[in-house]
Amino acid sequence: MSLLEIKNLNLSIYRTPILRDVSLSVDPGQIVAITGESGSGKSLTALSVMGLTPQGTQMTGKVLLDGKDILQTSEPELCKMRGQDVGMVFQEPMTALNPVQTIGAQVAETIRMHQKTGKRAALAQAEEMFRKVGLEIPSSRYPHELSGGQRQRVVIAMAVALRPKLLIADEPTTALDVTTQARILTLLKTLVQEFQMGLLMITHDLAVVSDIADQIVVMQEGQVVEQGQTQHLLQHMSHPYTKALFAASGHQVDLPQTPVQKPLLRVSGVCRDYPIGRTSVFGARKSFRALHEVSFDLGRGERVGLVGESGCGKSTLTRAILGLEDVQEGSIALDGQPVFAGKRPNLDVRRQMQVVFQDPYSSFNPRHRVGRLITEPFHLLQAPPEGIARQQVIEQALTDVGLHPTDAGKFIHEFSGGQRQRIAIARALIIKPELVVFDEAVSALDVSVRAQVLDLLAELCRKRPFTYLFISHDLSVVRSVTDRVLVMKEGRIVEQGPTESVFTNPQHSYTQALISAAPRLPELA
Amino acid sequence: MIQYALRRFVSLVVSLIVASIVIFAVVEVIPGDPAAFMLGVNAQEDTLNALREQMGLNDPLPVRYFNWVTGMLSGDFGNSWTYKAPVAEMIADRIWVSLPLAIYALILSTLIAFPAGIYAASRRGKPGDIAVMGATQLGVAIPNFWFAMILVLIFAINLRWFSAGGFPGWENPFDALKSLTLPAIALALPQAAILARVMRSSLLDMLGEDFIRTARAKGLTRRQALWRHAVRNALIPVLTIIGLQFSFLLAGGIIIEQVFFLPGLGRLIFQSISARDLIVVESVVMLLVFVVILVNFAVDLAYAVVDPRLRSRV
Amino acid sequence: MRRNLIFGALLSVIFLLAALLSFIWTPFDIESLDIANKLKPPSGAHWLGTDHFGRDILSMIMMGARTSIAVAVVAVGIGIILGVPLGLWAAAGKGSWLDELIMRGNDLIFAFPSLVIAILITAVFGASAVNAIIAIGIFNIPVFARLSRGAALSLWERDFILAARVAGKSAFRISWEHILPNITSLMIVQGTIQFSLGILAEAALSYIGLGAQPPTASWGRMLADAQTLVSIAPHTALVPGFAIVLMVLGLNLMGDGLRDWLDPRLRVTRV
Repeated sequence: MSLLEIKNLNLSIYRTPILRDVSLSVDPGQIVAITGESGSGKSLTALSVMGLTPQGTQMTGKVLLDGKDILQTSEPELCKMRGQDVGMVFQEPMTALNPVQTIGAQVAETIRMHQKTGKRAALAQAEEMFRKVGLEIPSSRYPHELSGGQRQRVVIAMAVALRPKLLIADEPTTALDVTTQARILTLLKTLVQEFQMGLLMITHDLAVVSDIADQIVVMQEGQVVEQGQTQHLLQHMSHPYTKALFAASGHQVDLPQTPVQKPLLRVSGVCRDYPIGRTSVFGARKSFRALHEVSFDLGRGERVGLVGESGCGKSTLTRAILGLEDVQEGSIALDGQPVFAGKRPNLDVRRQMQVVFQDPYSSFNPRHRVGRLITEPFHLLQAPPEGIARQQVIEQALTDVGLHPTDAGKFIHEFSGGQRQRIAIARALIIKPELVVFDEAVSALDVSVRAQVLDLLAELCRKRPFTYLFISHDLSVVRSVTDRVLVMKEGRIVEQGPTESVFTNPQHSYTQALISAAPRLPELA
Repeated sequence: MIQYALRRFVSLVVSLIVASIVIFAVVEVIPGDPAAFMLGVNAQEDTLNALREQMGLNDPLPVRYFNWVTGMLSGDFGNSWTYKAPVAEMIADRIWVSLPLAIYALILSTLIAFPAGIYAASRRGKPGDIAVMGATQLGVAIPNFWFAMILVLIFAINLRWFSAGGFPGWENPFDALKSLTLPAIALALPQAAILARVMRSSLLDMLGEDFIRTARAKGLTRRQALWRHAVRNALIPVLTIIGLQFSFLLAGGIIIEQVFFLPGLGRLIFQSISARDLIVVESVVMLLVFVVILVNFAVDLAYAVVDPRLRSRV
Repeated sequence: MRRNLIFGALLSVIFLLAALLSFIWTPFDIESLDIANKLKPPSGAHWLGTDHFGRDILSMIMMGARTSIAVAVVAVGIGIILGVPLGLWAAAGKGSWLDELIMRGNDLIFAFPSLVIAILITAVFGASAVNAIIAIGIFNIPVFARLSRGAALSLWERDFILAARVAGKSAFRISWEHILPNITSLMIVQGTIQFSLGILAEAALSYIGLGAQPPTASWGRMLADAQTLVSIAPHTALVPGFAIVLMVLGLNLMGDGLRDWLDPRLRVTRV
């Protein structure tokens, strides 16, 4: 008999059906991954096993944990099971811990909830568990003193403190950097082996799925469309959605060849310091150097990627290039003109640059219509088009990114995430800039939408070649849409070169670590 | 932590200095000749001179300010012109009515608001919540001095449980507290309504946080998660309100003292205003502002006790 | 809770209409005394009874509504007109000495409860309704400055502001074009709440004689006059008290209703 068995689970929230006829099972020592795009119902499936579904939820079917039906279990009984028989790890390690309690106390709490143990004994047990999850810091620390990876280890320690039979992990590595992600995945695998737990893992990342799971469950719009043993499923995908999903994940963009001409953007010896708080009341203000003598050139027509983990200085560099913040040392020049002229940003240069941001939901003023939103860069022009000419430019810009001219009259909330990124691209290109910065521009999108937006990018390049700097933490995306790549670590560019040669033959040890840590999609037939 | 406290202390001192300059400017500079202002148009020349001499008006402004501040620091608030008595003594007599009243009211307000707020949050949307919220909605709308009059009408005049006003002094602490009880209730209930609303909404915010879900996944019941994880986090915004309320209670006390004929700072200040005794007004206002700033400092320290993130900050 | 909004707005509008009506008509003239009919309980002739001078209380309530509303509106206006630009200005220069100065200035004002400001002003300039306006208004400035700064700061973090900066717009233009429209509903909600607090503060100040002076009618003054009469003629204290409670309750309900009504729309855009 399986450890967890979900049979024909139907779930609705306030009568809106969410899950339909979901069935799956997890055995002891087995890793089962549920995957799918946002809105597929994968997280709710996990929460239903915990009995932690939101208010207004109605469920039919069976969720059997060790033969006991969760749906028929009373709340007090469920409380006894949570933490004891099932543990759960969440996506966001930054907010999953109580900020005002020590990490030791929080792990000890799991133990004391279920066993009659003294405070001190529980704490000793918690510290034992910290060693198990590879955490070598005092248990008297508070969450804000820990890094994201360390916090996720605390959350894991909390979930497995009582060696539950089943562990549920909801996107446990999505918020983490690739190298940290690799270590956390290894840890989870080891724990499953050691404790002979079942692991039900939710993730949208197919590379992670293929890497870690014994069994894959693919969900779409609340239904399981396909499931099977990993190797088998990868080789014999039968459902079109599964095929499309994997195809989109490994999507290769057909980027037009453009001759690289003379340098357009020249960054040389740039240093950026941020003041940080004083360490003592009468001490001098200290500063933190976010960029260390960063130098590189961007040729006209060149498409360059910038990769690195969080905190490496990517965003700082972006802001400096866009002329949003001045730098302490070095210079940034576009076509020989500095982006910062004296104390003020240089408008002549700004006219040549635009940007596309990561979050499609916060990139637009919710109170303006699309027509007004995408023409905001007109502010930079000395003689922006007026009247009918303006209408024509708007229509052209929207058509170029695959939207309809009538969309100009709509508000931004009427569009999906992918459409919003198209609008963001329209806004960036409307004044025909020389250089466009894409700041994690596809990171918030589902794989299939991401593939479409990347294709759009290639198509736009074919219509009118332009230079771009593509910043991303996702190596596979960078690999497919750039000619050259820069690798950044702790404010320094540690390696740069043609994309293919950096990926196939990385020179710097950090680049090597980064590439080997990144989960890879298996070669599909 | 020490660095944090030190920094807050520096800001306390700066606030006090700036506040004292503002008060000094309003009372002693704006009227032009404070002595003439105090004595009115029919003043005799020699009385005027005597008052000018007493107030040190013949000295240049910075010297006057300096003397005033150093005087207060050494406990000398000058002499009241109308009462011919040291202001420090007059304040000392009266502060033992006003301060206990404010503290009494603060304690009452907290004792009522915390359970009410926590109860309402834990039964969100249910009849209990709606009843508590309805009551607080009404409580917020009631002016405390009118509420005081109603209390007098019911409990002093009709039921005769309390006296309608006056203060017997602290010789018998029980009687003293009893005479402060109606005023404290009048002050506390409207404030408790505000505090309960803040407590509830702060708790509801916390209950939506991820770490509450983590706690539930550990096997805590809804109630346990609320008490062990949400309440302490919810205290952070609540402390701010408590700090602000103390100044409202102290100031509100001045009004309530009028209703109950209590010999507190309020009486002193109104008598001084009608007698145009600027020396007394200036000192009492400075004292009130000092207490408010001091309480805010205490609240800042309390933050650090509740929130470890602040302790490591400078 | 649409009901709250409608009920609250209804209460507020009734008082507003009563105040406006008092400019052209009141049931009785409140300047003429009628000692023979003093302290009469509510009756057909005097719906809400008469006070110790025999004046019609309904008429006084109408005149008093005028004072209350006028004082509170102007005081909230002062708070918004001075506070919001200060808050936006501070947010635009976050971390600069200007931000620091504005915020420290705000902290300082918070150390002076409006009653204390009123005491200071009265001691030097004498009592009047204008004092009440200034005292309440000054206290409103930091309320709006802080709120608008906080809201503006979170907006400055949003990408659409960065996009506007990339489009070369100045901080002033961004504050005007992008920030202000997005904090308006928050300011409206807070404005309603401050309005109700202003009504309470005005009543308190007039009650202790630091606000409107006779012959100007004011709810606070009516309560002060009623204080010694409360055992003989309770209606003289109850009627103005209920007027205050109903007006404040109406405004608060309207504020809460507006928040519930305006916020979901804002939240839709946040998703």
